[in-house]
Amino acid sequence: MNIEDIKKPENIVYRKPALLTDNIMHYCPGCSHGTVHKLIAEVIDEMGIQDKTIGISPVGCSVFAYNYIDIDWQEAAHGRAPALATATKRLCPDKYVFTYQGDGDLASIGTAEIIHACSRGENIVVIFINNGIYGMTGGQMAPTTLLGMKTSTTPYGRDAKLNGFPIKITEMLAELDGTAYITRQSVHTAPAARKAKNAIRKAFEYSSKGIGLSFVEIVATCNSGWKLSPVEANRWMEEHMFEKYPPGDIKDILK
Amino acid sequence: MAFKGIIEVDTQRCKGCSVCVANCPTGSIRLSSKVNGKGYNYAEMVGDGCIGCSNCAIVCPDSVITVYRAKVQ
Ligand SMILES: Cc1ncc(C[n+]2csc(CCOP(=O)(O)OP(=O)(O)O)c2C)c(N)n1
Ligand code: SF4
Ligand code: SF4
Ligand code: SF4
Ligand SMILES: [Mg+2]
Repeated sequence: MNIEDIKKPENIVYRKPALLTDNIMHYCPGCSHGTVHKLIAEVIDEMGIQDKTIGISPVGCSVFAYNYIDIDWQEAAHGRAPALATATKRLCPDKYVFTYQGDGDLASIGTAEIIHACSRGENIVVIFINNGIYGMTGGQMAPTTLLGMKTSTTPYGRDAKLNGFPIKITEMLAELDGTAYITRQSVHTAPAARKAKNAIRKAFEYSSKGIGLSFVEIVATCNSGWKLSPVEANRWMEEHMFEKYPPGDIKDILK
Repeated sequence: MAFKGIIEVDTQRCKGCSVCVANCPTGSIRLSSKVNGKGYNYAEMVGDGCIGCSNCAIVCPDSVITVYRAKVQ
């Protein structure tokens, strides 16, 4: 069997999802944001809800998410995506509404918004990219930065006495009665990415059932901020981030 | 059942991050010694061991890999 026999349109088993635009992503090589965008695009495409989905992009490296997934978008002020999503979903209850937020955006400046959106049980999806750092602004400490982790504002490593402890915000949100589905995933290997995609799909499906907020944390890398190569960053994430932020479902009220 | 695969890399959009290389179960993908227009050593298929599993393409943050797969007769 030679290359020409295999390379036929009918033999294509994987290609760039149709809902990803042709814009070249501005992300650093190997950044998890691109992989998560791809999974979201696949889910929206497979559910056939392109015309019914509205994304809310954050402030952070993924501020330009609206350039990459071909759906309707709004861009929120820093941390305010859950508030904007609340208004959008209440005004357009037949739409699928999701926020896409980093850990600085969601767990720092936007803590109040996410907690109250969860406790109100808004029927939205939240995709939370936890890379343990403020990627966009030059790698400062985030609330989720691990103890001992070096960032530009903790150059000797995060010290609990000086900088406080990392926040497991996902577990905190699971305590709130308004949340329906809470899970933690990653996208650093193919099996992990497939699982993350299933979780994102479930979150979108739950958001149309009127049972509350669905929340998907993706433990992610910021190889530039972590000062590692993309492959080393993925390994470092497995060895260190998973200890504090173990992947798996945390809450599912329909189970 | 055995499968044989081929991958096609959009070399101008590849950022040479190597995440695909680390995820290939058959060692069928590597970074080229050549660079693209942005100066990145782009990914390329190597040898004839590809089984078309799509692992490389799924983890590619820039979605630049197309995978073809056919049953071996
Ligand atoms: C009101 C306001 N305060 C601060 C900033 C600066 N700022 C921009 S992005 C960011 C944090 C981004 O970190 P994160 O949400 O983790 O996203 P990442 O880039 O890591 O994906 C900060 C503090 C801002 N743009 N607006
Ligand atoms: S700075 Fe970090 S989060 Fe931002 S694009 Fe680069 S790797 Fe991704
Ligand atoms: S994962 Fe994608 S962008 Fe990175 S080297 Fe492989 S093909 Fe290129
Ligand atoms: S399709 Fe599978 S076997 Fe082929 S290059 Fe990609 S990861 Fe390797
Ligand atoms: Mg971050």
